[in-house]
Parts: sequence; C-alpha cells; structure tokens
Amino acid sequence: MALLDVEDLSVTFARRGQRTVRAVDGVSFSVEAGEVVGLVGESGCGKSVTSLAIMGLLPKQPGLQVAGKAVFDGTDLLQLDDRSRRDIRGRDVAMIFQDPLSSLNPVVPIGLQVTEVLTRHRGMKGEAAAKEAAQLLDRVGIPDPRRRLKEYPHQLSGGMRQRALIAMAVACQPRLLIADEPTTALDVTIQAQILELLKDLVRDSGTALVMITHDLGVVAGMCDTINVLYGGRVVETARRRPLFRQPRHPYTVGLLGSVPRLDAGRGERLNPIPGSVRDLLPWPDGCAFAPRCDRRVDACVGEPPDLVLTHDGRSYRCVNPAPLPGLTPGAEARETRPGQATPGSVPAQAVPDDPPAAPGLAAAPSEEETP
Amino acid sequence: MFRFIVRRLLQLIPTLFGLSILLFIWLRRLPGGPETAILGERGTPEMRAAIRRNLGLDEPILIQYGRFVRRMIRLDLGTSISTKREVTTEFLQRFPGTVELTITAMVIAVGIGIPLGYLAARRRGRFLDHASVGGSLIGICIPVFFLAYILKAIFSENLGWFPSSGRQDPTIGATRITNFFVLDGLMTREWDAAADALMHLVLPALALASIPLAIIVRITRASVLEVLNEDFVRTAEAKGLTENVVRRRHVLRNAMLPVVTSIGLLTGGLLSGAVLTETVFAFSGIGAFLADSINQRDYPVLMGFIMIIAVVYVLVNLIVDLSYSLIDPRVRVR
Repeated sequence: MALLDVEDLSVTFARRGQRTVRAVDGVSFSVEAGEVVGLVGESGCGKSVTSLAIMGLLPKQPGLQVAGKAVFDGTDLLQLDDRSRRDIRGRDVAMIFQDPLSSLNPVVPIGLQVTEVLTRHRGMKGEAAAKEAAQLLDRVGIPDPRRRLKEYPHQLSGGMRQRALIAMAVACQPRLLIADEPTTALDVTIQAQILELLKDLVRDSGTALVMITHDLGVVAGMCDTINVLYGGRVVETARRRPLFRQPRHPYTVGLLGSVPRLDAGRGERLNPIPGSVRDLLPWPDGCAFAPRCDRRVDACVGEPPDLVLTHDGRSYRCVNPAPLPGLTPGAEARETRPGQATPGSVPAQAVPDDPPAAPGLAAAPSEEETP
Repeated sequence: MFRFIVRRLLQLIPTLFGLSILLFIWLRRLPGGPETAILGERGTPEMRAAIRRNLGLDEPILIQYGRFVRRMIRLDLGTSISTKREVTTEFLQRFPGTVELTITAMVIAVGIGIPLGYLAARRRGRFLDHASVGGSLIGICIPVFFLAYILKAIFSENLGWFPSSGRQDPTIGATRITNFFVLDGLMTREWDAAADALMHLVLPALALASIPLAIIVRITRASVLEVLNEDFVRTAEAKGLTENVVRRRHVLRNAMLPVVTSIGLLTGGLLSGAVLTETVFAFSGIGAFLADSINQRDYPVLMGFIMIIAVVYVLVNLIVDLSYSLIDPRVRVR
C-alpha cells in the first residue's frame, strides 16, 4: 500500500450569486514511501490547492468543499478533526512553500521558528532544542548555525531562508514532504543548490517527496513519477523516463515542446501551446484541453475522456494520444476508467478573475477601515 | 539605541523653538487681552493701559519674546495672570490628574480593544464581528461629553456605584506626595485613599476611552485580518503548532505593529487634556484649566502648558518608536 493515496480529490469554492468553481476536479495519485513524485502543470491547474487540501491548510470559508480521499498511512487526512490533523502536520507530513521570505515570520528569530516544531512534536525545550535546531541548520547547509539561530529572516539571504524553511520541515523527520514550488522565488544558481539539498535529504532519510512545480527541469532532475495536471485533473501519469521520451497526452507533448533549448538554432522561436489556460472546456463537456489541442478529434467534446491505464503502468486521459511507435492505438490499454465529472460546475480557470484558485494564496482582502 | 534617544531629544530643541514662535504670535493675535478679561466691559482705556504696562505687554513683541526665551532656558515659566501662582506649580498640581485619567482610559481601551478586535477578525462576518464594528462606529460618533453625562446619570446618580465628581473624597484627608492620587495612596499605604481615587477615575476614564477603544478595535481587526492571510501563518499551521501558539506568536505579534503606533498617538492626544470630560465630572486636570486660560488670555499659562504638552507628546512618541523596535526587529533603531 502506498504511503499517500489521493483518490478523486476535488475542491470546490461556492460563492453566493456565482457559479461554483472547481479548483481541483477529481485528482488521483499516489506516493510510495521514499518516492519522489512530481505534480506538474501551469499556473492555476490546481497543484497548490491539491497540496493545501491534503495538508488541511485551505483557508476555512463558507462554500469551500473538499471531497474525495487522501489516505496517508491508513488514515484519511481529510476526515481528521482539527486536533489530530495538527498532530500529524509537521511531524509526519511537512510542507515547504514557495516564497521563503513571506513564509517566515518576520518578527520571530529563526531559532524559535525551528525550535517551536521540536517543542510541539518532540517535546524538546531549552538548550536541547537549541542544540538540535543548530544541528538541523547545519544539516541544511547554513553556515555558523549558532549565530543564525538568533537572527531574523530579513538578515538571511533568499537561499538561506529557504534552507531554514526546509530545516523546519524536516525537523521531525516526516515520512512525507510536500514542496510547493520551492525554488520559484530563487535565482537559478540557488535553485540548483536547493534542489540538490532536497534530493540529498530525501535520499538520506527515506522521506517521500511530492514536488509541485511548473518547471519541467526540476521534474527531470529529481522525480521518479510524474503527474501532469490540467484544469484540475491529472491528465497523464508516468515514470520520468517514459514521460520525457514518449509523452502521450497532447498537453504533456506541448509542455515538453515549449521548453526553451540551449541547442536550438539562432533565431529559432519558442514553441508555445496555443491559447491560454482560460480557454478551457469544463470537464463534463469533454476534455478541458480540447480548445487548445492540435490532436483534437470529434470525440474530445461531448463527454469527459476516459482514463486509460496502459500495460506499462502509465495512464493518460485522452481519446487521441500521441502515438507510440510500433503500437496500434487501442492495443496498449489494459483498462479504462470512465471520466465522470460533476455537472453544473466550472473549473477555476474558466471563470475570469474571480475568485482566485486558492483564496489563501491571493493577496489579502482589502479591508476598508476608517479609524 | 542610546544615540537614537539623544538625537531625538536634541531634535526637540528646534521643535520647541518653532512652536514657541508660532504660539507667541498666535496668542497675541487673539482679540482682547488679559486686561479685558480682568476688567470686563467697564475698564477705562487708562486702566487697561496700566494693566498692560504692569504685565509688560506694552513692550515690542520681540522684546517680550526675548524675555520669554531667557526665562524658558532657566526653566522658569513665569506666573499665571489669573491665579497669580507659578505656572509650574499649577501644572504640577493639575497634570497628574490628566495622566491618571489618560492611563486609566488607555488601559480600558487597550484591554478591551485588542481582544475584541482580534475576536472580530477571527469571527469575521459573524455576529460578534458586526457588533464590534457597529459598536465602534457608535463609539466614534457619540459625543464624549454626552456619553459622560449618560454614564454619570446611570452609574453615579441612579445606581450610586461610582462617585460623580472630583478626584478624591476630600474627607478622607489623604496625604499628598506626587499629586498622583492613586500613587500617593499606594506610597503612603493609605489603601482607602488609593481605592477612592481609583473609583473616581472609572467613569471619566470610561467616557474618555470610547473613541480610543473604537479606533483600537478597528485597527486591530483590520490588522489581524491582514496577518491571517500572510504566508507565515500558513507555515505555522503547516508545522502543526497549537492554535494558541499560532495565535500569540505568529498572528498577534505581527498584528500589533500598527496598533502600537495608534496607541501612542491616542495617548499623546489624551494627555493634552479632556476639557469636556473634566468639566462633566468636575475632575481637576489640565483640560478645563487650559480652556479657562484661553478665555482669560492667560499668556504665561498657555505658553507654559502647551510647551510642556509638546514635550510630553514627543516623549510618548519616542517611547512608541522604541517599543516598535522591540516588537519588530526590522526597525532596529540606530
């Protein structure tokens, strides 16, 4: 049994007077112990909301509905009460966020931000906690950790801040680490260092890692299994090598094709996927990617495409996938699962501007206050 | 830190200098003068001129100002025209009342305002939120003297819970040391005197606290709402910290920054006296006395009091800046 089994996870935001928005629309994937799994997709495809839903960190608000299952080590995280969830968070499942500066509390020293996890989950206090914290900082490659413990986030560089956040996340040796675009806010040289650090940490500790990113380079460098998301659903799942060699879903093909290449000729143009995420078909009406797809056929529209599981352990959600050499279409399928979808709702991207895919990730609501 | 304080105190000198010039000109531009206040309508021009000469008001304004500055440097604020007592004495007798009133009012405003603002933010859109936002609107709108009269009518005249006027019951015969009546009572161990002075403070402080309370509730609420959406609160939640730790360490501490600033400004405002509240409760602070002095054109009292209030205001804001740097490490003073 997998360490984490996400089954048919869906997150909807209902607002009075507006159509219900599905940010995540039946996402399923699993993570084996010690495995590195990628969730890839462009902005707004539901990657972050998926991770926040698993962690139970979606901001509580009326109209928010999380359905499906996220079974971690036998317990469905979505069914837990607030207290047991707090017990698991930070101890068994930890998370690293995108922007290291805003993710650290500006008025609390780094040391306390590390030791508070140790105090909460491992009951460590005082000098013992400080010693452990210093060791953690040392382990994530922060020089002079004793001094850094007393410093505040603004005194650290961007890379150091992300290292500190990673130290907090691995403080209790979690079995699962979710990293939500951990390198997006960093410059390229630092990105490589942070990815290297994450790779080392998961290899040494046997922690499973869910890597959420839009950067295929990140995925290529470290993930064992990759899930490609589009419009709130997983459209293709494969091991790293087959996915990069023979992408099946036209969206994956487009993603790979649009990566800028150093060996491209001078003046050669990038190969973007036509259209934008906004050109999205609601899943009940067919394949969400159909409006932008160059392999579109009549069968794409009308009902959601079935999920095709192939003999080599891959799966994709497409009626007209990119062909494999030496294989007739249809012969590869081991099993298909009908792509049900709840009618009457629209994916997040189909609704212009409002509301954001994840309310907690958006800018703070402006409070008009007249003192 | 030390250099910061010294620099701020040195900055006080040009501030006071500028203020004194403005005040001097402004006060002399007021129609009438102390002689009108003393003589009323009946005085002859000769009598008026005699009084002006007596007070040194017939000399050129520059010479008058020069004399004022020379006295200021010796920390001599002169003598009140109407009470014939030293301005410094008048101040030391009345200002402690204002300070006691201000502190009590701010303790009420902060003690209720911050928890209420926090709860309103956490229960956003629910009853408590609407009630506190609506209530704070009333708190800002209701005239303070009106609220003072209502409080006095209900809690003093009808229910008899609190005394209706003054700073202390004179029949207690309390010993005076600092003129801070509560402090005096504690220092001399005259507990009943301290308690009585405290009881006298409750109603005027409540009336006075209404506006600061309303402002603090609103600023706290807005600030907490903003912080709740910050990424680091989500990080704290992701660590599995208890709600209590998330609230105290991560939400409230950050949300306090704008609140502290407003507390400083509000405190400074209250310290310049509360004319109406003092009048309603016959409370002897500087507010009512200052208002009288304006009517009497009591130049030395006005100049002296306003200069000291300016100093106090600057000091309060200095304390705010220092406490700000304690809360927020990014604002380390240098």
